Amino acid sequence: MGEKRIIYMDHAATTYVKKDVVAAMRPYLTEQYGNPSSIYGIARESRRAVDVARAQVAQALNADLDEIYFTSGGSESDNWALKGVAWANRKRGNHIITTRIEHHAILHACQFLEREGFEVTYLPVDRYGLVDPVTLEAAITDKTILISIMYANNEIGTIEPIAELGAIARAHKVYFHTDAVQAIGNVPIDVKAQNIDMLSLSAHKFYGPKGVGALYIKKGVRIENLIHGGAQERKRRAGTENLAGIVGMGKAIEIATADIPGHNAKISAMRDRLTKTVLAEIPHTRLNGHPEKRLPGNFNISFEFIEGESMLLWLDDEGICASTGSACTSGSLEPSHVLLATGLPVEVSHGSLRLTLGDVNTEADVDTVLAVLPKVVIRLREMSPLYQKESAGRDGGCHV
Amino acid sequence: MEGAMYSDTVMDHFKNPRNVGEIENPDGVGEVGNPVCGDIMKIFLKIENNVVVDAKFKTFGCGAAIASSSMATELVRGKTLEDAWQLSNKAVAEALDGLPPIKMHCSVLAEEGIHKAINDYRVKHGMEPWQETAPHAHDHSAHEHGDELTCGH
Repeated sequence: MGEKRIIYMDHAATTYVKKDVVAAMRPYLTEQYGNPSSIYGIARESRRAVDVARAQVAQALNADLDEIYFTSGGSESDNWALKGVAWANRKRGNHIITTRIEHHAILHACQFLEREGFEVTYLPVDRYGLVDPVTLEAAITDKTILISIMYANNEIGTIEPIAELGAIARAHKVYFHTDAVQAIGNVPIDVKAQNIDMLSLSAHKFYGPKGVGALYIKKGVRIENLIHGGAQERKRRAGTENLAGIVGMGKAIEIATADIPGHNAKISAMRDRLTKTVLAEIPHTRLNGHPEKRLPGNFNISFEFIEGESMLLWLDDEGICASTGSACTSGSLEPSHVLLATGLPVEVSHGSLRLTLGDVNTEADVDTVLAVLPKVVIRLREMSPLYQKESAGRDGGCHV
Repeated sequence: MEGAMYSDTVMDHFKNPRNVGEIENPDGVGEVGNPVCGDIMKIFLKIENNVVVDAKFKTFGCGAAIASSSMATELVRGKTLEDAWQLSNKAVAEALDGLPPIKMHCSVLAEEGIHKAINDYRVKHGMEPWQETAPHAHDHSAHEHGDELTCGH
């Protein structure tokens, strides 16, 4: 048996690095390896390359050059935004507002800050995962120093009304941060028009390398450093620059934001065919996330009476790379906090499947998934005691 | 991703589960687990002259839950009820060439499912149910760190 073709549908987890990005990075690993802080020739070239990448990132966000700070990725950017603003503004207040559906980089940083005496409000979301601007406004107090709401959700793909939420924050003179890790390249971003004070991004979600990201910090935001040391990043973020990574991220964001509507049309056409066919052909299914306000590549459907890890193992057997909100793959035995926040019953959350399509996918990949997935679902349902109960009319015995 | 954490034996029993299904007019049935926790096992036993002559299962759960059900039903077939009762979760896990620590509760579920089915048979036949000698509360430790969910079976 030859190697089975891999059908990669987990772009929300990470992406491959595009050829042009690798080509842009290569010289900075081999010949042009100078430390950007040194003064000789090859170091000056390194400095210049970092400046180019900064301009590329700034342009993609409509930010100014000196508002972009390079980091090690999304988690560092999120931690810096939250802890940095909390520490620098604690005399003004100790209240932070975020949502129940954030990435753990936000939620766990908030829990850390709670242990330091900060108070955190976790906003609820509706059944689609949307934050209500009215609820946000009502949560603001005179102690509120920071609002952090993700741009688009990594699990269910829901895109939040960021400009509207940012305007509320601005009207109340509260800093507004957004984790835009999933949004770059999928949604047009304009930090000025959308009232964004801070924004986190990570290169490996948009066909750049892993281990590099950025935090946009609007001029004038009071923020403490997270990483102390040398004078890099205008004394805001110490550590020798990840030169090749930064160059790669610059190239990647330029490519990713060159034609967002064209990219989205291609990806969402495949995703829509997948979603519509699965919902129509497999009974007892439910779409998670918003029907329209969602990332173009995101498919998230719950299959009742079966468990997600079993689905993933069978899909993996067919070379299909997917993800689930089931507890069994999280290492925690609890299902996705995002699905639970949308009101999905716990037992149905265990049966969720996330496919995130991207540039590697083709219509033939969609055909393969549509051929494989129904068989997997039938096979697992046939051995599920819940399915039998359902077909006999639920007796309620399995609900707790 | 998850595949790599399972032994070949677990994957074999997951992909080719033995004894899937139900027994018509079973002599003993045991259902354990909870959909909130992401796993439910239902064990069916056919018992003749104090011997398990057939065992089948239906399981909602992860790869380890399905493989544990498959292995447990294999192991109790042909055993006397006394011997079947002695089947421990460790024996199920060992027969599967090990389970990841966070999945050990799946083997506990299999043991409990067999016990419940045996006691179902005993009670139906006017006998006292056997008592669990070693409660498995400790084996549920993986479940106990949860905040709002309590998934002790």
